[in-house]
Amino acid sequence: MEGSSLSNTLKERGNGGSRFALSFSSLSYKAQRRVIIILFSILPLALLATFSYLPLYRMVYYSFFSWNGFSKNLNFVGLENYMTIFTRPEYFSVFKVSLYYFFATFIQMGLALYFATILTFKIRGKNFFKGVLFFPFLLNGVAIGFIFMYFFRPDGTLDALLHVFGLSEFIQLWLGNPDLINISLAGTSVWRYMGFNFIIFLGVISSIPRDIYEAADIDGANRWHQFRYIIVPSIRRIIELNVILSISGAIAVFEIPYIMTGGANGSKTFVIQTVDTAFKFGKFGLGSAMAVVLLIIVIIVTLLQNKLFKEKGA
Amino acid sequence: MEKAKSIFFAVLKYGSLLLGSFAALMPLVVVLFTSMKSRDEMANTSALTPPENWLNFDNYTKAFVDGKMLVGFMNTTFILTISIVGAILLGTMIAYILSRFDFRGKNIIMALFLFAVLIPGVTTQVATFQIINELDLFNTRGAAILLFMGTDIISIYIFIQFINQISNQLDESAMLDGASYITIFTRIIMPLLKPAIATVFIVKGVNIYNDFYIPFLYMPKEGLQVVSTALFKFKGPYGTQWEIISAGIMIVILPTLVVFLSLQKYIYNGFTQGAVK
Repeated sequence: MEGSSLSNTLKERGNGGSRFALSFSSLSYKAQRRVIIILFSILPLALLATFSYLPLYRMVYYSFFSWNGFSKNLNFVGLENYMTIFTRPEYFSVFKVSLYYFFATFIQMGLALYFATILTFKIRGKNFFKGVLFFPFLLNGVAIGFIFMYFFRPDGTLDALLHVFGLSEFIQLWLGNPDLINISLAGTSVWRYMGFNFIIFLGVISSIPRDIYEAADIDGANRWHQFRYIIVPSIRRIIELNVILSISGAIAVFEIPYIMTGGANGSKTFVIQTVDTAFKFGKFGLGSAMAVVLLIIVIIVTLLQNKLFKEKGA
Repeated sequence: MEKAKSIFFAVLKYGSLLLGSFAALMPLVVVLFTSMKSRDEMANTSALTPPENWLNFDNYTKAFVDGKMLVGFMNTTFILTISIVGAILLGTMIAYILSRFDFRGKNIIMALFLFAVLIPGVTTQVATFQIINELDLFNTRGAAILLFMGTDIISIYIFIQFINQISNQLDESAMLDGASYITIFTRIIMPLLKPAIATVFIVKGVNIYNDFYIPFLYMPKEGLQVVSTALFKFKGPYGTQWEIISAGIMIVILPTLVVFLSLQKYIYNGFTQGAVK
């Protein structure tokens, strides 16, 4: 008796999959629809909740406490963490470092736009140049960090190059001099990300129909006119978008300086400061408050961007 | 005059392209040179001098074996495969219901995914760390897999765009034959999504292969190192042995180069599609 009911259950379990499929397809489409909506959204939403929104909520919560990350005692301190960020220069001054990366993005986009434009027209070795200019973007961040540690080290690639061109007198401690370090690091960032802007600009510019250029040629427009009146208007939005994204991007810089210098010699960015505060110095409350400040800046920038685009009637 | 002008512009054009390519390649080529030099050669030659012996792979053996790169490659492959398959499955599923059905909460779901990309990833780790800990996932591959598996708004957009292009009539005629929605999804939608899946696969794959801070934070145990963290460890013991570090760098770059050369077209499409939205 017992045994047979057990084997029955086992059999039912074994058939579980196909039984489900059978019973699912025998449901009315209306009922199926309800089941599938829940079935197909539950896991993606569960992951989103657990790893995006729960951390967000916790982060805001911790930011009002003084806490070392593992003790059971969380001391409520109100807005003290936020006060610390905005009054103590060692926390606030790191925003200055972001300016280097912010300006570097303009150089990066200028180069990307220049190369995208000349590669749009007929040119020899197009695929080669396209590949070479884009390739750095695909590389591993740690590898890039090391490549440029070697590039900037004394007697490294840059010094050797200057030597070859008879410019030895300009040799500097590229990563040792606090006045130069952020320029060197921002330069590395340009090397890494230029290819990404470039490939996007190239994609957008190539989507402009050929006959527009031909018509312009017939009307006697030169390359500069074509650039100014055909290419620029068509990629204007994407440039604006990139400029605005570069603000939050510049504040969120982390990998390159962290790998190359660990934030030494005045190269600490806001995110390195945040990660160090929490994980190295065990100030999770303060670290969380810094993360919240960063998030608020990003949100403001995004809202600003949406507003700008809406006003233009885009 | 006209001719002189056009020659001038051609020189400018090709000159700047060559200069750009030089700037892009030079740092890499020098590392390649260095990776094949011996200790002595390294000390006595300029960084720009090519190696004496182009087939000197001693540094590579040393980097690969002592740096335990094999473990790194195995962990990366394992994490990458599982999390991408998961992310694609979850992404296509949610995109399918979002594009084919109208239901309450649909716009909220979209908004939740959209807002999530604004949250700067590195900084929320302060709180994510606690959650991973509570789930007992610290120092397990599961931590990275779960964090990479979550789908993102860009993948969802790419999938939705593709599904919208698939005619509803296909679904309807299948329904006349009595096919369930699950059958429609697996037999009709999924196969037609192949190009979109390739796109998402490439973009996510590159991101996961290159990601540093998730494995760095959540899997510090040596047996769990991935390619990025394995390379990062070279910084300590080999601090000044640049010939070994360079070999390590080349080992990490090589797979990227092979993938890039063989899938160039898909890679360009992948990144443009993902970003222009």
